[in-house]
Amino acid sequence: MKSKRSLLAGPYLFWSVAFIIIPLVMVFYYGFIDENGAFTLENIAAIASPEHSKALWVSIRLSFVSTIICFVLAYPLAMILANMSVNQNQFIVLVFILPMWMNFLLRTLAWQTLLEKNGVINMILNFFSLPSLNIINTEAAIILGMVYNFLPFMVLPIYNSLARMDRDVINAAHDLGANWIQTFCRIIFPLSIPGVVSGVTMVFVPALTTFVISAILGGSKILLIGNVIEQEFTQASNWNLGSGLSIVLMIFIILSMIISAILDKDGEGALL
Amino acid sequence: MKKTKLIAMIALMAALAVSATGCGKEKGAENGEVIVYNWGEYLDPATLDMFEEETGIKVIYDEYETNEIMYPKVESGTSNYDVLCPSDYMIEKLLENDLLAEINFDNVPNKGNIGDQYYEQAKAFDPENKYTVPYCFGTVGILYNKTMVDEPIDSWDVLWDEKYAGNILMQDSVRDAFMVSLKRLGYSMNSLDTAQLEEARDELIKQKPLTQAYVVDQVRDKMIGDEAAIGVIYSGEAIYTQRENENLEYVIPKEGSNVWIDCWVIPKASKNKENAEAFINFMCRPDIALMNFDYITYSTPNDAARELIEDEAIRNSEIAFPDLSQYENMETFKYLGSEGDEIYNEYWKQVKSAD
Amino acid sequence: MKKFFSRFYIAIIFVFLYAPIATLIVLSFNKSKTRAKWGGFTTKWYVELFENEIIMEALSNTLWLALLSALIATVIGTAACIAINQMNKAWRTFFMGVTNIPMLNADIVTGISLMLLYLSFGMSFGFSTILLAHITFNIPYVILSVMPKMKQISKHTYEAALDLGAGPVYAFFKVVFPDLLPGIFTGFLMAFTMSLDDFIITHFTKGPGVDTLSTKIYTEVKKGIKPEMYALSTIIFVVVLVLLLIINKSPAKKDKGQKRI
Repeated sequence: MKSKRSLLAGPYLFWSVAFIIIPLVMVFYYGFIDENGAFTLENIAAIASPEHSKALWVSIRLSFVSTIICFVLAYPLAMILANMSVNQNQFIVLVFILPMWMNFLLRTLAWQTLLEKNGVINMILNFFSLPSLNIINTEAAIILGMVYNFLPFMVLPIYNSLARMDRDVINAAHDLGANWIQTFCRIIFPLSIPGVVSGVTMVFVPALTTFVISAILGGSKILLIGNVIEQEFTQASNWNLGSGLSIVLMIFIILSMIISAILDKDGEGALL
Repeated sequence: MKKTKLIAMIALMAALAVSATGCGKEKGAENGEVIVYNWGEYLDPATLDMFEEETGIKVIYDEYETNEIMYPKVESGTSNYDVLCPSDYMIEKLLENDLLAEINFDNVPNKGNIGDQYYEQAKAFDPENKYTVPYCFGTVGILYNKTMVDEPIDSWDVLWDEKYAGNILMQDSVRDAFMVSLKRLGYSMNSLDTAQLEEARDELIKQKPLTQAYVVDQVRDKMIGDEAAIGVIYSGEAIYTQRENENLEYVIPKEGSNVWIDCWVIPKASKNKENAEAFINFMCRPDIALMNFDYITYSTPNDAARELIEDEAIRNSEIAFPDLSQYENMETFKYLGSEGDEIYNEYWKQVKSAD
Repeated sequence: MKKFFSRFYIAIIFVFLYAPIATLIVLSFNKSKTRAKWGGFTTKWYVELFENEIIMEALSNTLWLALLSALIATVIGTAACIAINQMNKAWRTFFMGVTNIPMLNADIVTGISLMLLYLSFGMSFGFSTILLAHITFNIPYVILSVMPKMKQISKHTYEAALDLGAGPVYAFFKVVFPDLLPGIFTGFLMAFTMSLDDFIITHFTKGPGVDTLSTKIYTEVKKGIKPEMYALSTIIFVVVLVLLLIINKSPAKKDKGQKRI
């Protein structure tokens, strides 16, 4: 009986080997050969070149900042949502997914219209004789784009872990004389860590690897590691170098997987 | 329950939309197909419908943003394109790597509509005119906003002028950016001299803090919206922007610039060569060329089409149809070999990653 | 007071999330072809949209991709969940690890890795290559939505059904499946949305002439977005919003009752 049921995982097993594992092996293969097919470590070592390491560093810095901003914005929001009545909050949660139905590129592009020198925001500021905001084509604009695009990925897992929390535990803490801050620090926050961890990875990884946001909101002036990889593949057609740099990126992803595995043992911090 | 309904309705909506758009798509397949890979927004889509209707050949249409993006797709053979429209130096690269097929000009009787001087120009990369049919040409120059710039502009130097810091738009492609820098320094834009290239690179790095952004075609919207004072732009875009914002002026700098030409070519891997030739022939028809000119505003080498332009100001426009003998130091890009490409790419990456 | 702050905070986040969307909606009524200039109010783009075959085809591709990839991913993912749930720890860790790869891996790496796979097997790029890619990144969303529900289900009801003489398949569909449904639907919805919104992976796995709305828009980003695109996005947005409103209003009370059980 049990083995029969295991067969149901067959299609997925096949699928994950064919479309997840083998493709990754190919990336590794390309990353470790040169254009003549000989083994080399050069493509990996290329990350140490000044341009590449700088692009990586800028990417890490920007995505780190965006992740923190997302967290700071999302946590209170998730708490507010979790405390609302069931039928209201379901709607509101869906409202956070709703923007995703408007195309990601268009949404990001709309920020260009908003942030530009003669853009909507500056028109409003000028109307009230306030100083104008000049962040388009800077790192700040890229961070804004990242926060905007990835905020829902932070809100939803935290919200889920909070909503799943047993109210009785919190009430018990209060009954035992814990004040609000103590309850939060000793009960609520520790219990929400799985959600936080998955939120952090869901924001950090796409922010680290994006090439679209930097191109649209950064005026192509700021080179992120994602831009470098994209250009190696689509323009310079140096696939070996592109794969090599992708492997370097994967190290960060594996790191975040390990961290989330340690902090979130049961894999409960699912997105929904 | 709630979600059940939601999904059901979304699925229903999707199915409806799909069925609504799905029908009537199969027309014109009786004579096979032709897969066209062209620049984005580089012809009037209505001409594709007309072609399908008249010839019964289905057009599969795909677009690219830069020559560099197009090349690997053709080289790797992931897709068997039938017609491409690369620029001069990219055609040279395609030819050098033996990726193009000779065009059978018996199937392209309309080729005569294209002016001889353009075939002459194409000989730079296709010496016997066996592989190419010119489609668009133009120059690269400076577009500036008269209300924001009060001095006469005639030199690339203005792009390095600190007065305009934050108001300068540079081209976001290797060759174009280096063209500007090299020309300004008085070198050839096809230079392979390391010292010259390094100098050009350092100048670009110096310029970077002054630029507002590196753009490709967004320069159009930004200049129309008064976002920047000065931009490097293709002449074809200049005509369009002037139509939308009358304060804009286009100039070819005195140090010289790039005069480019894009041509139709057929890749060797094409499986529908005759259809490809039919397509090229169709594009050379005067009325079609005129439609495309009106739509994309890039100069057409089609003399017969130029005759048909009603607006005299445009027919004789110095921007659209420049008398190149007036300008000095005009050059056309050459393919620099894979090593040359590598140097340019490397230096460009250094510019892009500079502060 | 606290309530006021919560409301205020939600309102601010709302403005942040919806400001660009409002911008797009406004732009869809802009008479001028360029987004840089307001040329007066018009609804002509909504008419032209439906005459624009290229956009319509991209829309149809996008919806078909989302629908098919979400459906197939839901079937494969749900089946996998049922199986994984009763596996031993080692296998379970393996499967959940594999599931996490597309979730955590950079889109650009996933896209590139699939492109390399297709290339080395000489597959011709087109609709099917995008579909395979979308299914691949959709399955994890389904699994991660169904798995938690699977864990909540008590084994005893299923065993009781077996004891009472039901066949395993019958018992599953009668006892387990209804409890899984909400998770399955969430998974489907997530998969559908993700497929709809994906650009990067599609960018690397698409073939000539097959465009989704995303890839179409990306080529237009450089040239200036056609106003028809804004019109289309507005329509999609409004339709989904209206659906949400209707659904949220009508059966809400019944739902509340079910929750308590």
